[in-house]
Order: sequence, then structure tokens, then C-alpha cells
Amino acid sequence: MYNEKKTIDKLKVFLTFGLIPVFVFSVVVLLPILTGIGMTFTTWTGFSGSLLEFVGIENYKEAFVDTRFWGSLGTTLRYVFYTLIFTNTIAFGLALLVTSGMKGQNFFRMGFFTPNLIGGIILGFIWQFIFSRVMIYFGDFLNIDILSSSWLAGPDTSFWALVIVSVWQNSGYMMLIYIAGLMGINKSLLEAADLDGASTWRQMWNIKVPLMIPSFTISLFLTLQRSFLVFDVNLSLTNGGPFRSTELIAMHIYNEAFLYQNYGSGQAKAFILFIIVAIIAVTQVGIMKKLEVES
Amino acid sequence: MKKRKKFKTMSLFIVSTLVFLLYFFPFVLIVLNSFKDRTAIISNPLSMPEQFSFENYIEAFQTMNFMSALWNSVLVTVVSVALIITFSSMFAYFLVRWKWKINKYLFLILIASMIVPFQALMIPFVSIYGKLGLLNSPWMLMFFYLGFGLGLATFMYHGFIKNIPVELEEAAVIDGATRFQVFRKVVLPMLKPITVTIVILDVLWIWNDFLLPSLVLVSESTRTIPLSTFYFFGQYTSSFGPAMAGLILATIPVIIFFILLQKQVIRGVIDGAIK
Repeated sequence: MYNEKKTIDKLKVFLTFGLIPVFVFSVVVLLPILTGIGMTFTTWTGFSGSLLEFVGIENYKEAFVDTRFWGSLGTTLRYVFYTLIFTNTIAFGLALLVTSGMKGQNFFRMGFFTPNLIGGIILGFIWQFIFSRVMIYFGDFLNIDILSSSWLAGPDTSFWALVIVSVWQNSGYMMLIYIAGLMGINKSLLEAADLDGASTWRQMWNIKVPLMIPSFTISLFLTLQRSFLVFDVNLSLTNGGPFRSTELIAMHIYNEAFLYQNYGSGQAKAFILFIIVAIIAVTQVGIMKKLEVES
Repeated sequence: MKKRKKFKTMSLFIVSTLVFLLYFFPFVLIVLNSFKDRTAIISNPLSMPEQFSFENYIEAFQTMNFMSALWNSVLVTVVSVALIITFSSMFAYFLVRWKWKINKYLFLILIASMIVPFQALMIPFVSIYGKLGLLNSPWMLMFFYLGFGLGLATFMYHGFIKNIPVELEEAAVIDGATRFQVFRKVVLPMLKPITVTIVILDVLWIWNDFLLPSLVLVSESTRTIPLSTFYFFGQYTSSFGPAMAGLILATIPVIIFFILLQKQVIRGVIDGAIK
């Protein structure tokens, strides 16, 4: 470890290695966070015509009585719940499939991962076409009622469209994490179980799953975070419609601020979102850490 | 027994192929329809194109200003990632090798900021930098990416440098190298594996990012690929052919990137998630 004795030398080290990062981080990240906290308690918004006046928890009150905010939060929770379950189940299944030692498994891995490379905006548009044109054609052709009108026209079907696209987008990524977990399992454990006559099913539940808790932690954490903050796919697939029914929380905050110019309460909502995400993430990681076993 | 095993792998292969087709049919359909005209798309979106005409591509290429968007995306991504790599590695080295009290707090603040979602600071961010008149410049966008990317990259470098024994640097110190020279000549070359991981993660993030550039880049000439796709698709909602071609054009660069660097990308994504 290094420690310069003279203050001038210390300063020199800081100027070389620390000054620019500290400066950039402070003005780009810290300053907006602190200003944001200030914004929620005052009338100041930084946009035209507003003065600095302390209003206490007025902005939070406004956020709390906004039924649209609660509606959006409710939809988001529902969306997070389903994406979390489907993404991880499918991802785990895919991981088992492409580590089974069959021909071409590397190719399949790449294939399932591909949607992750492409931005959410583009993916949302691709599926917009699928839902609004291809599926209708299919439904008409085969006379399936549920497919005969665009899924993006009804609130309920739009919601499921959003879930499907998100699961499709994220499962390949989570699959990679589960593959890493599966590869990390000590082969001799499985061989011993094989000799003892344990079925594939028992090996899976009694050996693979418990040893893969760290992978589940990471993957659940990432899915949780991604789906709580999803914006791009929401924008390009449904644009919150019909009638703001699929406006998830990140988009709700965006629209409140930049579309309806409710800066103060919008910022208060943004902080509520931050606190929810932080609490869930910390709790989840805490619980999963307790479940981890030594192999 | 052997026959049973063969049957098992065969059926697994078939299942994988089916799932694969399910994953890829959206892409296939977009490619097919990108070659068709409007009436052909509406009358049957599942049919093969009658002839492979590149008319839609030419129209999309021109209206999207594809070359300009591609150049903007490359410029923003390359410069931002280079900035993140340079300053995060130096900063992490500083935080690991100098045990000043303040460094512990700097590191803590950096880590803590990583859980703050962008949405939580987006509104004040726009108001501050809008007021200062610093939005609408690709150079400012790179500066912002440095700020937002610093946390994760420094954190990853920090974990890596911690495990490099300081003894390795002693010879250079005795030879009278300055602190910066020691970093540049001795430490930096050893950071290669973690740098690859960070580059992959940040390239995928910045290349595909929509929200931040949509707030920063206002004028048409500075648009990146996600932005120009967004505006292009918005105008072309009823003219499907060019819209499909536009989506394919926007996808091609990142697919090429992936084909060239598949191993590194897969490795990088896994390492990045696990750390």
C-alpha cells in the first residue's frame, strides 16, 4: 500500500487518479440525486417559472392520492410477478436443455441469447408487428377467436403481450447465468448419486437446485430489477396503451414529468419507486443468502 | 441402455429445435416481410416474398439516415466506453492502493449509487443540464455515460486489483517510476481480462440505450440507431415494408458484433452478472 508523506505528493496522486472520476460522478450522479431530494420538498423544479419555496410533504401527498400512480404500480407488480416466474422457469429449463450434452448445444445457447443483444425499442417494434398483423392473420385463418383481434387493442391482452415479450427477451440472459451455475456443480456428486440409484428428478431437486441457490439469487435479482424499471419495450410495444392501462411505473414517471409537466410529484414518485426497488432487492438477497448451502 | 440414451438425446435435440424456432420466428417474419410490399404484407404476412426486392431497404436506409445514425452510435459507444475504461481503472487502482480514510467513503458512495435507478434522477438531471444548455451534444452524452458507467466499472476493477499483489509493482517503484508509470506499465496490462468483460457489458448497454440519448440528443443529425429507429418506425406505422427493413438494418451491426466476438460476449455477460 502506498502512502505519500507530504501533502503536496498526496494531492498529486489524487489529481492523477481521482480528480476526474470524482468530479464526473459528482456532477452526473450525485448532484441530480441530491437536487431530486430537494425537488420533492419544494416548489422548485428547475423548469421555467417556479420559485424555491418549501412545501414539506405536499409532493408526496399528491403522489399518494393519485389513483393512476397506484394503478400503474399495481400493474407493474403484477407484471414483475409473472415475468419473474416465467423468465426464470423457462431460463432454468433452457439451461438444463443446452447442458445435456447434445449436438449443437452451443448453437442453441447463442440462439436463445440473441434477443438480449438487441435493444428493447427494436424488440418491441418487432413484436408490435407480430401481435397486430401476424397473429390476426393466423387467428382469421385458423378461426381462433382469441387471436382474431390485435392483442394490443385490449388492456388485458396488451398486458400479456408485454409479459410474453419480456420473458422472450430476458430468458436467454438468465439461461447463461443458470448454465454457469450448472457447470459449477461438482461432477463427482452427480456420479455418486447416479451410483446410489437416484433418479434424474431426485438429483435435480436434491443436488442441483440446492447447489444453485447463488445462481437463483443473481438471476432473480436481475429479473426483478429489470422488470421493475422496464421502459423501452413498454414504449415501443404498447406505449402504455390502450388508455394508459399498460403504463408501467417507469413510463408513468416519465409521462408525468415530461408529458404532463408534474415535476414535483413525478420526482416524489420516482423516489418512492427507488425505495421500493431497494427494499425488495435487499430483502430478496438477504433471504437467498440464508438458503445457500455448502457443497 | 445405449438405445435409450440415444433416444433421449434425440428427443432433447428435437425439443431444442422447436424452442429455437419459437424464439426465432419473430426475426424470420420480419426478414420475410422486409422484402414485400404493403399489399403483400397485409394480405398474408406469413407468405414468402415473391421476389427479393431491396426497395424497402433503400427507402429505410435513406429516411432513417442510417449511415449518420450508425456513425453516431459508433462514436458515442467507442468514446464512452474508452472513457469509462480509462477513468474507472485508474480510480479503482487509487481506491485499492491508497488506504486513505476518505477512499473508503468514496467507494461506499459509489456502490450505494449503483442501486439508484436512472428514473430516480432523470427529472432533476434534465432540469439541471437543460437549464445549463448542455443537452443536445453527443460529447455531453459521452460525459454522462462516463458518470453513469463509473460505478459498476470501478467496482469490478476494484475487485480485480485487490487480488493483484502489490509486490509486483515494487521493481518498478525501485527503478524510480512515477505512480502513474507504475499503473500504466505494470498494472494496466494485467487488467486485460476484466477490461474485456467491462467493455462487452458497456458496449451492449450504451449501444442499445434509448432513454438517456432520447433526453440528451434533440436534433436529428445527432441521433443514434435506437433513436432513429424509434422516430422512423413512428412515421411508418402503416407502411410496413420499409418499417420492417428499418428494424433489420438497426439489428445488423450488433449481430455482426456478436458473431465476431461470441465467446467474449457470452463470457463477459456471465462474469458481469456474477460479480
